[in-house]
Amino acid sequence: MSFNEIFDQYDWEEAKASIIAKTPRDVENALLAEKRTPEHFKALISPAAQSYLEYMARLSHSLTRKRFGNTIQLFAPLYLSNECNNICTYCGFSFDNKIKRKTLSASEILLEINELKNHGFQHILLVTGEAGHTVNIDYFLKAVELIRPHFANISLEVQPLEHDEYHLLHQCGIHSVLVYQETYNKQQYNTWHTKGKKANFNYRLQTPDRIGKAGMHKIGLGVLLGLDDWRTDSFFCALHLHYLQKTYWQTRYSVSLPRIRPAEGLVQTGNSITDAELVQLICAYRLFKEDLDISMSTRETETFRNNIIKLGTTTISAGSKTNPGGYIVDPQSLEQFEISDERSPEQMAALISSLGYTPVWKDWDKHLQS
Amino acid sequence: MQKLTIAHRQFESRLFLGTGKFGSPEIMEQAILASSTEMVTVAMKRVDTATIEDQLLSHLQLPHLNLLPNTSGVRTAKEAVFAAKLAREAMETNWLKLEIHPDPRYLMPDPIETLKATEELVKLGFIVLPYIHADPVLCKRLEDVGTAAVMPLAAPIGSNKGLKTLDFLEIIIEQSKVPVIVDAGIGSPSDAAKAMELGADAVLVNTAIAVAGNPVEMALAFRLAVEAGRKAFESQLAAISDQALSSSPFTQFLNYEL
Repeated sequence: MSFNEIFDQYDWEEAKASIIAKTPRDVENALLAEKRTPEHFKALISPAAQSYLEYMARLSHSLTRKRFGNTIQLFAPLYLSNECNNICTYCGFSFDNKIKRKTLSASEILLEINELKNHGFQHILLVTGEAGHTVNIDYFLKAVELIRPHFANISLEVQPLEHDEYHLLHQCGIHSVLVYQETYNKQQYNTWHTKGKKANFNYRLQTPDRIGKAGMHKIGLGVLLGLDDWRTDSFFCALHLHYLQKTYWQTRYSVSLPRIRPAEGLVQTGNSITDAELVQLICAYRLFKEDLDISMSTRETETFRNNIIKLGTTTISAGSKTNPGGYIVDPQSLEQFEISDERSPEQMAALISSLGYTPVWKDWDKHLQS
Repeated sequence: MQKLTIAHRQFESRLFLGTGKFGSPEIMEQAILASSTEMVTVAMKRVDTATIEDQLLSHLQLPHLNLLPNTSGVRTAKEAVFAAKLAREAMETNWLKLEIHPDPRYLMPDPIETLKATEELVKLGFIVLPYIHADPVLCKRLEDVGTAAVMPLAAPIGSNKGLKTLDFLEIIIEQSKVPVIVDAGIGSPSDAAKAMELGADAVLVNTAIAVAGNPVEMALAFRLAVEAGRKAFESQLAAISDQALSSSPFTQFLNYEL
């Protein structure tokens, strides 16, 4: 049994229509419910819920504070490689982009992590493209061995791996794995993912099950907002979370809400999501899952990030570079996407404090994983 | 007011505080001072043992304040024992709040792993205060393996729902030979006062203070409530009754005089 079997019972167009059909009464029922279901989530992301946005924001704010307190967790991404054999029409690392490819060596990794440590980071997210011949389990294990002594918490955002590989990585100190489906629209998926292993929709969809079975402490999901209809995609993502939480009940979950950013060679999709809609989506996730980590990257603008800290977000990156070697080794190499909020980690921490929140640098310990 | 004794250590205050969720370390410190607490619990995972001057710990260097490291984040007895040893080394105390909640959603304590870990940690010389469900039998089993106190939950952590487990807390308090510290779910000073009136030896509060509009004033409110509840308990509350106790026709025939 995996999520794929549940997913196959749904039809994209039917789901889309049922979200659009939600009424103000449905929204009110969802807002007042003690425990919320995927149907409630649909109502909360529906067009009908837009006029309840201020109320949703207040609820989201208070639920988040109750659960997470007045704190915001900080992390930094570390891009290890931009080598990639996939063609994804929205990504700067796409195989067909004629850019200089780079994979960090051991000594380069040490230089980069030293720079991140100087800024105070204790939680780090390792990111790569998909180039299994060079950037594979052996590479990841070596990288983790180098990085582990220096950080309290290591997350991984790389190509989908096998169950045994996740198990091994967890044993070696990986705390969390993030894997985004990008879009749950199976019919359209290959429009964006035309070549490479990533073109296999079903294998990607099964990945969180493999991570869960491997006993990973946290799994991160997400869709690339703007590829397809954000409402329908987010509903399926919520459904996926709901299933995983019941199945791998010892695991924590996070969701990221990346909007398509300008990148090298990007194709326009015509499915953008507005600021108000993104706030609606953040609040809907919070109302659906009180314990969900909601992560916000530097793709968003300063103003937007300043304001969503109080609305349900729990985790943010700061001072990010999305190119391998971007912090110190090779700042000029090509980035995966353009970041928008360029404030330093120190400035971000000061902003968080000024809003009455504690910036949390450390919320795990490497010794908790033996 | 009687002093509280846990493992031969005496406490004037019967209010314990958690240190998470505060908007800043300064507010946390002021709330601790206002509460007059002598015991705060600190999550090991939040403490940076690598740096000499941890930001959190530097705000907890207060006279009369004892630190109670907790194992939040562990999922098994084995992990808990490991974390406990780390805590003992880093914070130089053999006191430990044992928290094993493999369920990250409601943070429900695992009774089986908790019992196993308590037994092992007691043998290793720890003063163990386990966070548990309000399960009277588990409390007795923990006593048997040498727990220093029990910390049954009133409601899920952070829920502020109050004494949802009231009936079981009463049984635990009635039967316990070790101090009973009601932990988790206490949402308001009246909840704390009620727990103390029932005879709980202490209460632990975090969310209700840290997330209050004014955490420092709320800490003071909890201090007053805990003192009021304890005083009421020690003064022996008058019994609750629906009807007046009048001379009863049942024993009239005995025809005796008082």
